[in-house]
Amino acid sequence: MYAPGVNYFGSRTIITREPEYFAPPVNTYARLGRAVLLLLRNTGRALRMLGEAVANVHYMLSRQNRADLRQQMFVGGIKSLGVITVVALFTGMILALQTGLELRRFGQEVNIGTAVTVVLLREMGPFMTGLIIAASVGSAIAAQMGTMVISEEIAALEIMSINPVRFLVMPRLVALTLMMPFLTIYTDAVGIFGGAIVGSTQLNVSFTAYFDNCTRFAENKDLYVGLFKAMVFGVIIVTVACHQGFGAAEGAVGVGRATRRTVIISFLIILMMGYFITRLFYK
Amino acid sequence: MIRMEQVSKRLGGRVVLDGVELKIEPGETFFIVGTSGAGKSVMLKHMIRLLTPDSGRVWIGEDCISEARGWRLEQIRARFGVLFQSGALLAWLSAGDNVGLPLRQRTNDSDADIDRLAAAKLALVGLADAFDKLPAELSGGMRKRVGLARAIITQPEIVLYDEPTSGLDPVTARTIDALIDSLRQSLGITSVVVTHDLHSALAIGTRIAMLDGGQIVAVGTPAEFVRSTNAKVQQFLEAQFITKHGNWEKAVAT
Ligand SMILES: Nc1ncnc2c1ncn2[C@@H]1O[C@H](COP(=O)(O)OP(=O)(O)OP(=O)(O)O)[C@@H](O)[C@H]1O
Ligand SMILES: [Mg+2]
Repeated sequence: MYAPGVNYFGSRTIITREPEYFAPPVNTYARLGRAVLLLLRNTGRALRMLGEAVANVHYMLSRQNRADLRQQMFVGGIKSLGVITVVALFTGMILALQTGLELRRFGQEVNIGTAVTVVLLREMGPFMTGLIIAASVGSAIAAQMGTMVISEEIAALEIMSINPVRFLVMPRLVALTLMMPFLTIYTDAVGIFGGAIVGSTQLNVSFTAYFDNCTRFAENKDLYVGLFKAMVFGVIIVTVACHQGFGAAEGAVGVGRATRRTVIISFLIILMMGYFITRLFYK
Repeated sequence: MIRMEQVSKRLGGRVVLDGVELKIEPGETFFIVGTSGAGKSVMLKHMIRLLTPDSGRVWIGEDCISEARGWRLEQIRARFGVLFQSGALLAWLSAGDNVGLPLRQRTNDSDADIDRLAAAKLALVGLADAFDKLPAELSGGMRKRVGLARAIITQPEIVLYDEPTSGLDPVTARTIDALIDSLRQSLGITSVVVTHDLHSALAIGTRIAMLDGGQIVAVGTPAEFVRSTNAKVQQFLEAQFITKHGNWEKAVAT
């Protein structure tokens, strides 16, 4: 039987909000003040949505949702592998070439292995993966959520007492948070391999010497911190994308704006979080 | 069943509803007509609290939905089925899964039971063979009918329809009319229908209200409505070739 209130837990975020109307600001201060207030409010809403998605993670285990998870992981990861491969390969090659040319002046070319590996594991691997996924998957999520708002699908879900955060945000959050570390490992591997190619073709460093050097100085900690970063980036991308998508208004224009903002805001937060996480683990 | 008390609402800096007074009795098929942009959809959205009035109240039976929150609100909303103007189907689910969605998410019924019920509701709206089709593979009118099947699968007390027959061919439109009418006669469901199609309104409506300038300017049974002296109503009727001296009763008799 269809019963009201089944599966209902506590208060929940209402996604379908009243349309907002602001009178044009009277002067620059009013404009600035309003921008700051809106920023604070939107941050609060996004965090609240994230909290609610996390609180609903256990629903992921239900039968129907497992198929959904597999689907989201596929969309969220496998489809981006092509771009990631190219970007990772060239990132590794550039790193090897730049450091290699400097190191050659001291006859230390062989140490490009360490340089490439450490930089990729700690910083560039998760960062590049985050940027690519924000631009491809994040923007797609924002566009999809925005379209659903415009076509009243989100409102329809809420009327049917289906919580959009649990139904839409949570599976994407879980999928991308799980997917990001794997994608990052892949980026790291391809990047290190790219370094090896440059080493052997341009710097006279053999594959054996390169890979031996790679493993000598890199620590497990470098890998773990990098993967932790990747997971955080996954959370950031889904939160920003869903929040922006749900906030879409004014038809197709609004969807376009939500997509653009998702990419820009994710980039900025990923950049800043990358720094703070590094500072947290490397004093 | 539904009561709007002095409901006013501003949207985008302009007054859309200006003190709407309305009382809909249980078991009615209540029609709301009005020109495009008059605020009909806005009015419907107030009844399920997709919008909250700036002032005034909306009552569903004994419950004030315009002030309910959290779990109370969910409970009141569970009494409704809603057909949105665009159908509002989820793009990645088949027609059958869309119809079964509320049951799948909110009950512990088996998949087989849900599919059977969804197929039955689809048959009711004349789409028995569309079960496995995705919304993108359906025409606008078919999507709307899938939306209607989804709206009634939870056996709601009240069903809200936003333009159920617009974009449908006249034959299918009359089928939908018959369906709405049979819901009232067999199950006593209260329906609120927003439409431009006066023929539906006159054929199956128990009462018709005209919304203009943010207010209800005329309300009455179909017979009273066509005889209304209100200029706006007359204009609206004449535009659809229905005159008070004409033979509209014959024309819409089904
Ligand atoms: N979200 C919104 N933000 C700003 N204005 C809005 C919003 N929704 C509706 N309006 C305004 O409210 C008015 C009424 O809109 P509504 O959608 O209710 O019209 P309608 O009577 O349903 O018309 P139609 O027959 O074309 O569907 C319009 O003038 C519209 O501009
Ligand atoms: Mg409308």
